[in-house]
Amino acid sequence: MKKLVVSIVLLNLLAACASHKTPETVSVAPEAKVEAPKSALAAAAQTNVDPLNDPQSILSGRSVFYPLDVATVQDADKPLVQAHAKYLGEHAARKVRLEGNCDERGSNEYNLGLGQRRADGVQKMLELGGAAPSQLTTMSYGEEKPHASGHDEASWSQNRRTDLSYAK
Amino acid sequence: MYKLLSSVLALLMLAHTSSSFAALSIEIIGAGEHQIPVSIVPFSGEEKLVREINDVIIGDLQRSGLFRLVDTAGKLPHEASEVNYSDWQLRGAEALAIGSLSVQANGRIEARFHLLDVLKHTELVGQSVSAGEGQLRAVGHRISDLIYEKLTGDQGVFSTRIAYVNRLGKTFSLIVADSDGYNEQIVLKQNEPIMSPSWSPDGSHLAYVSFETGHAAVFVQSLYTNQRKVVADFRGSNSAPAWSPDGKQLAVVLSRDGSSQIYMVRPDGGDLRRISFSAGIDTEPNFSPDGQTLLFTSDRGGSPQIYRMPIEGGAAQRLSFGSGTSYSPRYSPDGKSFVFTHLSGGQFFISTQDFQTGQMETLTGGGWEKKPSFAPNGKIILFASEGRGRGILATVSSDGRVKQHMFTQSGDAREPVWGPHL
Repeated sequence: MKKLVVSIVLLNLLAACASHKTPETVSVAPEAKVEAPKSALAAAAQTNVDPLNDPQSILSGRSVFYPLDVATVQDADKPLVQAHAKYLGEHAARKVRLEGNCDERGSNEYNLGLGQRRADGVQKMLELGGAAPSQLTTMSYGEEKPHASGHDEASWSQNRRTDLSYAK
Repeated sequence: MYKLLSSVLALLMLAHTSSSFAALSIEIIGAGEHQIPVSIVPFSGEEKLVREINDVIIGDLQRSGLFRLVDTAGKLPHEASEVNYSDWQLRGAEALAIGSLSVQANGRIEARFHLLDVLKHTELVGQSVSAGEGQLRAVGHRISDLIYEKLTGDQGVFSTRIAYVNRLGKTFSLIVADSDGYNEQIVLKQNEPIMSPSWSPDGSHLAYVSFETGHAAVFVQSLYTNQRKVVADFRGSNSAPAWSPDGKQLAVVLSRDGSSQIYMVRPDGGDLRRISFSAGIDTEPNFSPDGQTLLFTSDRGGSPQIYRMPIEGGAAQRLSFGSGTSYSPRYSPDGKSFVFTHLSGGQFFISTQDFQTGQMETLTGGGWEKKPSFAPNGKIILFASEGRGRGILATVSSDGRVKQHMFTQSGDAREPVWGPHL
């Protein structure tokens, strides 16, 4: 909670500093883009910002990464998944789609199964942390939509992931 | 005179004719152990058509790696009565193909073709091959099949078709093409992935995986009418369709009940039932030619390997061992072996394994080699490879001696599968 307060203050400062620049530079929430706010209004809007849209929040992380042929959420990513679980528990109207992805090692079909297992693993952890099943769907792209296309670990490590894709 | 066996071929005309990725280049590497010396004399007839059909026939025979083309040295007999056998014998040809090409008023193409045994001075085949307007390549492939069958004793596959997915930027196209990669036709084009095309046993339909509904779902599409139907679109992933040899069932892989498992379903989506029950990923089912057994990939033992089980379900037997992991098994047409892709030391290899001996044979040098499938005569294996930084189609003879790379004009060729005899 402390963190959240700090980041709101920071945002206010940012908004104040940026008041002479174009409004877009401070509008981290898409809603804020709808109309160009005056600086005071902008500050007010920012205090109500959805923590999901706070770039300082752990919730801004939307991807979980894995070692090769592994589908369990690694310790390093557990706080991220738990934070999303808590957020979803507190925002019952929010829905998220979990998209599993794999690197290119393995057959396309095996990787489709592995990506699905990755997404399903995140789903389980989100449910345990307070999200309702109705808020979650899972799917897998397997190796069909890689972020990076190199045949090397630098690319592969980016491609082994589950993305949390929130419905707008 | 020479008897002409008249056979009018019902050459398949696909209902849709959009053709975009026209030219492609083909590289051939290696040669068969015993190459049959054969000479193909350009047929009589209109020069442009004659040259085109000659290129098709010579291209087919060369790609097989089983023939050595003997130069005709300007001799152009078109009837057996015009052939001086001792000339051709001196040149080293054992067989000689001659003939004539004509186009009827309605555009129908007819080739009268003779294959002659140079040593015995006899006719091996005398046949008339005809097809509709614009089907010149099909006539050429049919003549190649006749030559191949007569001289090797195996059924030719030049008239068969292949299916694959072309990825260009964000666009995925499901393509059906001739076995040499020409005559490409787009079955489906969209901005979401397409995977795992699978031919119905009669070649009339393709089953495949499309992400157009937002996740992997299984569709079946008619190649005649283009009509398509959803076979499986449950929550999670629906994938890996494989037709039973009688065409009455599809094995599919669904994740709706937990991890990816194998189910049977009718091609219309009815009568769904689960047949594999493991805690792992069971996928890539493939029916044995007798329809009684499935090969599949599973990581139930800790790493992805090849397994076999009865189609009713029940105990599965692990077939692949040793270092590395194995994927994408497919039965040989005679059911005596299977082909698969083997990942070892960071490279994929195309390998076969004999059921009786358990002997594994690696056919390729390694690289990004995936998704192998046999030609219907069991002599050639088609797979996805990489060349010049792009996904390409490649083939290797089942003895590993002859390889070819087919470069499509643009994009990445993926997920190839060889179609059946029509």
